[in-house]
Amino acid sequence: MRSFLVSPEGVLTLLILLLSAFLSLATDSFLSLQNVFDLLNNQSVNIIFAVGLVVVLIAGGIDISFSVAASVVQYVTVVLLMPTGGGNWAIGLLLASGVGMSLGLFNALFIHRFRIVSIIVTIGTFNLFFGLLMYLSRGRSLYDIPDWLYDRVAILSVPLERGSATLYLPVLAMVAVVTATWIILSRTGLGRQIYGFGSNPDAARRSGINIAWIQAFAYGWLGLCAGIAGLMQAHIVREVVPNALYGRELDILAAVVLGGAVLGGGRGSVLGAVLGVVLLALIQNGLNLLGITPFAFKMIVGAIILIAITASNAERLLPETLKSRSEA
Amino acid sequence: MRQAFTTWSGDRIELSAMVLFLIASIVLFGSLAPQFLSAGIFRSMAFQLPELGLLTLAMFIPIIAGGLNLAVTFTANICGLASAFFVKSFMMDAGITALPVALVIGMGTGLLIGLATGAMVAYVGAHPILVTLGVMIFLRGVGELLTRGSDISGLPDSFRTLGHESVLDFPIPMLVFLIAVAVCFYIMQFTKLGFSIHMVGSNPQASLYSGINVNRVLVWVYGLSGALAGLAGIIMLARFNSVRVGHGESYLLITILACFLAGANPFGGFGRVLPLAVGLMSLQVIASGMNLMGASQHLATAAWGGFLILVMILRAPFQAKR
Amino acid sequence: MAKQALRASGVTQKFGAFTALENVSFELEKGEVHCLAGENGCGKSTLIKVINGVNVPEPGAEISFGGAPATASVLPQEAKKHGLHVIWQDLALFPDLTVAENISFDAFVSRPFGARKVSDTRKTAEDVISRIGIELDPNVRLGDLSIAKRQIVAICRVLAADARIIFMDEPTASLTRKETQALLAIVRKLSSEGISIVFVSHRLAEVLDVCARVTILKDGKLVGTYPTEGMTQKRLSELMTGLELNEKQRPKKDFGDTVLEVRKLSRTGEYQDISFSLHAGEILGLTGLMGSGRTELALSLFGMTRPHLGDILLNRRPVRFASNEDAIEAGIAYVSEDRLNLGLVQTQSIVKNTAATVLDDLAQPSYWLSPGRIRALCDHWIDRLKTKVSNPDLPVSSLSGGNQQRIVLAKWLATKPKVLILDAPTVGVDVGAKAGIFRIARDLADQGMAILLITDEASEVHTHADRVLILRDGSIREELSPHDIEEEALEGLINA
Repeated sequence: MRSFLVSPEGVLTLLILLLSAFLSLATDSFLSLQNVFDLLNNQSVNIIFAVGLVVVLIAGGIDISFSVAASVVQYVTVVLLMPTGGGNWAIGLLLASGVGMSLGLFNALFIHRFRIVSIIVTIGTFNLFFGLLMYLSRGRSLYDIPDWLYDRVAILSVPLERGSATLYLPVLAMVAVVTATWIILSRTGLGRQIYGFGSNPDAARRSGINIAWIQAFAYGWLGLCAGIAGLMQAHIVREVVPNALYGRELDILAAVVLGGAVLGGGRGSVLGAVLGVVLLALIQNGLNLLGITPFAFKMIVGAIILIAITASNAERLLPETLKSRSEA
Repeated sequence: MRQAFTTWSGDRIELSAMVLFLIASIVLFGSLAPQFLSAGIFRSMAFQLPELGLLTLAMFIPIIAGGLNLAVTFTANICGLASAFFVKSFMMDAGITALPVALVIGMGTGLLIGLATGAMVAYVGAHPILVTLGVMIFLRGVGELLTRGSDISGLPDSFRTLGHESVLDFPIPMLVFLIAVAVCFYIMQFTKLGFSIHMVGSNPQASLYSGINVNRVLVWVYGLSGALAGLAGIIMLARFNSVRVGHGESYLLITILACFLAGANPFGGFGRVLPLAVGLMSLQVIASGMNLMGASQHLATAAWGGFLILVMILRAPFQAKR
Repeated sequence: MAKQALRASGVTQKFGAFTALENVSFELEKGEVHCLAGENGCGKSTLIKVINGVNVPEPGAEISFGGAPATASVLPQEAKKHGLHVIWQDLALFPDLTVAENISFDAFVSRPFGARKVSDTRKTAEDVISRIGIELDPNVRLGDLSIAKRQIVAICRVLAADARIIFMDEPTASLTRKETQALLAIVRKLSSEGISIVFVSHRLAEVLDVCARVTILKDGKLVGTYPTEGMTQKRLSELMTGLELNEKQRPKKDFGDTVLEVRKLSRTGEYQDISFSLHAGEILGLTGLMGSGRTELALSLFGMTRPHLGDILLNRRPVRFASNEDAIEAGIAYVSEDRLNLGLVQTQSIVKNTAATVLDDLAQPSYWLSPGRIRALCDHWIDRLKTKVSNPDLPVSSLSGGNQQRIVLAKWLATKPKVLILDAPTVGVDVGAKAGIFRIARDLADQGMAILLITDEASEVHTHADRVLILRDGSIREELSPHDIEEEALEGLINA
């Protein structure tokens, strides 16, 4: 129990509880089922992104191309399915997962085969994907999307005094992806291999781990998650907007780092990633409810990343470092 | 064998390779679009290159030190905003004296941001990618908060001088850039700081044992980077006579591309300023050439992305790994 | 024969024009603890890699496990099937995983998609740990453990994978005396259970203590396999190096002024109440086993850490170092034990490495660091220390071990130190080069430099030091002159 409290996940849980308490006291509308459901509906896409990204970070890499990849998947899915009669959820999800995974594997190819640093590859693919997407789509949104994608799918509806609070399909998708990722990371040998590879790549190689498979899985899984997230995004806004997700990757990265993942690999968890997204969402929600300008949000996110980084390396700043000034 | 090749003859080889690449680019676009080879085009390139060049120098130095500064474009942005804000509020009638003040504020702000970044990297020991991403998001946020998304424009005429005038037919921004190149070249090749940056980039621990003050070096690396970014921000401000949050953020990819094209080692410790300057010229030629041929901005962006990956693939076998 | 765990003969390995192994034979009995010994570069690692299937030798080799038919080369899976495991010096463990997960790691690799029961992982670990008989919490994160404990986890890991033949590469290199004894006890226990162990170590005392036989390689060839009964360290050394070690002991001398004086120096948890003097022209040997505080003390003298109590006087004036820059400026130089990673920047040029310590001196005026001057400095020292360098602009990694050590010395001598601290200067250096390094040290001392020689090799201090201080558990236990004691007795005092 104690080790949970001092872990990143524990600290985040505490912060979330404190913030929730504060917000429910400070505002009327926070602690309502409507608000909670809204939060879940709106954050599903982010959570799906986050659990995909945390796998890559645990494996010791980084990827900032995934939100653009999600936009590409949206576009490709609709463009391919519309002329052929529209398809259905099954085909749609399959296609989205497949295209997303391919984009992820594309990254993995350069990172593994050519040994290029992941940040640089994904900066490259980010621009490659986005440039091509915007060029080929002429920057135009697609309003004509298949019916199955357009129609709201409610999975849980709770009647209230006025109207009802509803959870929609993206929440279900989110739960499925989170569960699947959690099972893989915590309950399979593959998951331990990923943590091991992130922790000590050289030892991993010598332990007989197939590095190519691990890299392929990590980036491929993120791509798959991005694909599903993209499809859900299109479902929520009921159209495909090519640049809607632009810049989202940085917010997700902030959330995942907040959740305890480090750039060096070997650390992080699905729970931490989810909690990170939730905390950031609560902060944004709180800012809105308190009437603080949305223009301040990005600044706060940036400040949070910097504080989180400093806090996780805090031991370094204590007196006995190699180059400290002479003490008494 | 490859290592030997790279290090001792590499410098001359790098520079020659970049010069060849520049010539090839000019020839390519000259043949694809004959109107390319005109004084007007070259002139406009000479005015456009400096801001990209300064941002690239700002990216280059941290790479040599084994890190990365992803916040350069937004640092430039904030410095431009800060200067513009100050000048518009206090110095609209100050004439030519507004310029040096703007420069001081711009570069000073950049320096401070850089020093703070460097301190985080050095003393907190956090990964430069994460720190500079955080700084980048933070600066963007500050910019958005302060400007509420609108832009600041309408600066005194003296800024036109900096952005659009020439001295003896030589564009002033280009002059500023070349001076910056000279200063960086000098620092990296002929000073204790430059020497230390190379050593720290390759092995900070061993550098520490040799008596190099690694923390101070890192702080100065990012401080220098910030100041250069700030200078870029002022040049952009002068050229466009306005500044908006996010202005110039598409430059980030190209600055990284330029550094690795010119042979900087992504693991740190190696890279030279002169090939970088020449490499930048080639990239400017390519950018202007694509523009002239009517290529869409988006297609150009995609091309740059692909080009970055291509350059990394080609360079990979020749680089010393940590 | 069922008694034989492993047999290899006719093993030759070439890398291009370089012959790493030539017609080497090796055999191991079941339950035996066997040492594989030899100088750096003699081919020990290559032989291990041939046996565990990483390297494929030249045709003509015959390798067999436990009486099975011999093959010309080994497939890694075959080696694993016969229970062969290698624990390399860096242990190949995962700091972010728990002890139990590290121990069961092979199961994760062989069955990536079988559902992993956390309780199973923990049970496997607990079984193996109790088999060894050491206290170890399976739920602790590996990175939080000491090196000695991690070593034990590495052993548990191979046991969990049903190891019957274990190769251990320098297992005691970073262990204290107590930890070493614990490890050797485990080795003996495993051996009594029928597990065969090959010990690669240069710690000759331990080799003679725990091994039944020792196989010696030199320059890729087999020197021979000898029973350890009746073998002496001296004879082992001679067989390993092929030289009759008869270095002349340093003649008795009188010394000059006190250059360095240390009074009641203490740093909690590292060393306490250290007092001694070091004179110009003197070589003072500071010995003690790993964990005795010798490197910690050196780091404080060098300004990397700050002592909590006590004084340091340089030329009779008290000094306080805020960092090692201050120490270097005051005239103290430190040649680190970890030459590869801390002493040199491997990817940078020889020229740059030589100049790294004296940048302030070279930058005249302070804003101009002339490449010409840097080059001249480098050339001067290469010449002075007779280093074989074909091109000083090549990375320093292109030099041999002994020559690299000379560059390290060069860069420190360039600082014109008053005190030169040599921390384990001959680790990983061949005997011929070792002699060269001590010759340089003696010359420097004769010219008036004060030298602090830190090592755990009794022979080195006995032959080359003017006085010896023996450290144990952070305090000075003995101070004596090598002329008053025999080498074996000195060895005994160090290891007591």
